[in-house]
Amino acid sequence: MDEPEPTTVSMAPPANAPETGGVHASSLVAQPPAPRMLPSGDLSRPARRRGDAIFRMLAQGSGALLLVIMAAIAVFLVLQAIPALKADTTSFLTTLGWAPDATPSSFGIASLAFGSVLTSLLALLISVPVAVGVALATSHYAPRWLARPLAYVVDLLAAVPSVVFGLWGLMYLVPIIIGPSSFLNHYLGFIPLFASNGTYGKSIFAASLVLAVMAIPIVAAISREVFIRTPRDQIEAAWAIGATKWEMIRTAVLPYGRSGVISGTVLGFGRAVGETIAVALVLSANYEISFHILEPGGNTIAANIANRYGEAAAVGRGALIASGLVLFIITLVVNFGARAIVGRSGRGGAS
Amino acid sequence: MKLPRHRAVLGLLAGSGLLITACGSDTGGGVGSPSTNPGGAVAITCSSGSLTAAGSTAQQNAVAQWIKDYLNKCSAANINYGGGGSGQGVQQFTDGKIDFAGSDFPLAAGTEQQAADARCKTGPAVNIPMVGGPIAIGYNVPGVTKALNLSSSNLAKIFSGKITNWNDAAIAQDNPGTQLPSLGIQTFHRSDGSGTTYNFTNYLSNDAKADWTFGTNKNWAAPGGQGAKGSQGVAQGVKSTSGGIGYFELSFATQSQIPYAAVGNAEGKFVPLTQDNAVNFLSKANVPGTGGDLKLQFDYATTDATAYPNLLVTYEIVCSKGNAPDKLPLLKNFLGYAASPAGQQELTGQGSIPLPDNLQNQVRQAVGSLG
Repeated sequence: MDEPEPTTVSMAPPANAPETGGVHASSLVAQPPAPRMLPSGDLSRPARRRGDAIFRMLAQGSGALLLVIMAAIAVFLVLQAIPALKADTTSFLTTLGWAPDATPSSFGIASLAFGSVLTSLLALLISVPVAVGVALATSHYAPRWLARPLAYVVDLLAAVPSVVFGLWGLMYLVPIIIGPSSFLNHYLGFIPLFASNGTYGKSIFAASLVLAVMAIPIVAAISREVFIRTPRDQIEAAWAIGATKWEMIRTAVLPYGRSGVISGTVLGFGRAVGETIAVALVLSANYEISFHILEPGGNTIAANIANRYGEAAAVGRGALIASGLVLFIITLVVNFGARAIVGRSGRGGAS
Repeated sequence: MKLPRHRAVLGLLAGSGLLITACGSDTGGGVGSPSTNPGGAVAITCSSGSLTAAGSTAQQNAVAQWIKDYLNKCSAANINYGGGGSGQGVQQFTDGKIDFAGSDFPLAAGTEQQAADARCKTGPAVNIPMVGGPIAIGYNVPGVTKALNLSSSNLAKIFSGKITNWNDAAIAQDNPGTQLPSLGIQTFHRSDGSGTTYNFTNYLSNDAKADWTFGTNKNWAAPGGQGAKGSQGVAQGVKSTSGGIGYFELSFATQSQIPYAAVGNAEGKFVPLTQDNAVNFLSKANVPGTGGDLKLQFDYATTDATAYPNLLVTYEIVCSKGNAPDKLPLLKNFLGYAASPAGQQELTGQGSIPLPDNLQNQVRQAVGSLG
């Protein structure tokens, strides 16, 4: 933000001023007062110092409180998870099944973590190009009278409760997706991703589509904010050397907004990987690791918690909390990784 | 920083969106009929005070109807039943947060029973059956609208993936005269833990020992098939998939007009699903416990062709002794109403079945001896 600079006036003296000959015009013009500095040792203004101190304490306190809350969550997760992890008779990280309350207790997050990461990555793969397209459309392509309502509608999509998406996915998307799934399998079935045992429907593909619809507004909103803030002179420089609109966007807008798009993507990933009820409704939960995204099956950590919490006994609850801890760690790793990427890019950009 | 107007409206909409997102699981069931029993005045004895309970969602509609009837008559009382699942209910009961829990399974012997007894201090925690529910095997086969005969071994093979087509010889053999198309079978099971799964797999484990090797479990353990969340999800999957078959409470089958099968009992006879058949099967259950603990052991080996062997019962888990003195009268009176003929009669309107008379007497006695 520009700070008001002290204005200096140097001009001819006013017409009705007497000729003073030799006296510099500026001495006749009132100088503005020098910028006020708050003397640090000024004992005559205790009220203002107190207000400053209080505000500083509140701000610092809020920051500290946030750190304390995050640490408390991590500690709570670890403490609740430890008894269940001790009771587990098989390896927590590599076991596929989930039977913590059975009499040799055996559970593992291998299939759950795989499902969480796979569905979220697929969702981002589908949603990020669409979201960046929407952001570009609302910031550069749409006429002004259309851009604001369009942006507003996209933001509205972010306000829809997730359970509504889950119901829509279950009742509408799953039956409809059977057609395209069998088409993909028929023509592209040689790729392991699209191979199938003949049934389609409540699959990872359907869940990824639902998650993509939920991630689009987040990525689009942040990308749009960043694209709007592209410095005008960079855009005009691109115009000036004869770039077409697409070339201008490619050379001026997208590089400037890259770190913002990455931040938006990470937030979208966070929403997708933590999505609980929508995925629980749409996925046919089984405990296998399979890349056949068109087949019924697949499970995520969050959906497993939603499905199993009601009937879990003590070890079961601890096991679910342990899986929650793994989800927490996955999200932290992704966030730090994205920060590292953004930090390394260095070049001017809003974040 | 100027807050853009559309973001303020967005915030308002998000807030109202949060309010509208009320989490309620609809476990189906018909609309409850109001208590028109003229003997209702005898069935309900009023007390004041408040009760909280939680647990099984299978009995949620039934308990809601009982609460409504009780509070209609006794406005000084305050009773609350939250769902949340049997496991949650038992945990809250053991922690002392609720007065009784609804559970689809009796307390497990060992640590769970000991923990519940410790909460009651002066007496053991007991299981009192209150709500029965037949489990229907619903299917969606084009052209077949009447009840198919499905033996226990065929059901075990279907749900474990060994029989994969509706025109399989084993099914056709039990259904002479019915035209079964060549259509792949698509099985649906519960993806969440549930008493329905527990009792269905219990039936298969007992009556189809040779073909069902996956034991009795509240979490579905057999491979294959599609999972769906809640009985509503299973019913909806069956309804919308040609060739689908699944298991769910009777109310879901009648609600969505899904035809359901007559299942085979231990001797191989096919028993159609009617209220009388289900109540008949319940009446044959053994009660191995003593001292007011009415944990039921179903007689799956029965050869009675009018006893429908595939059903679940929901227990109220309550302290036999050691209840707080200010809660005890209301507890006894409310559970007494639920166990009374008037209260049990309400269950038919909810898609459940009343307990048979011999069991009702035992239940009323157990409730009366709560201390």
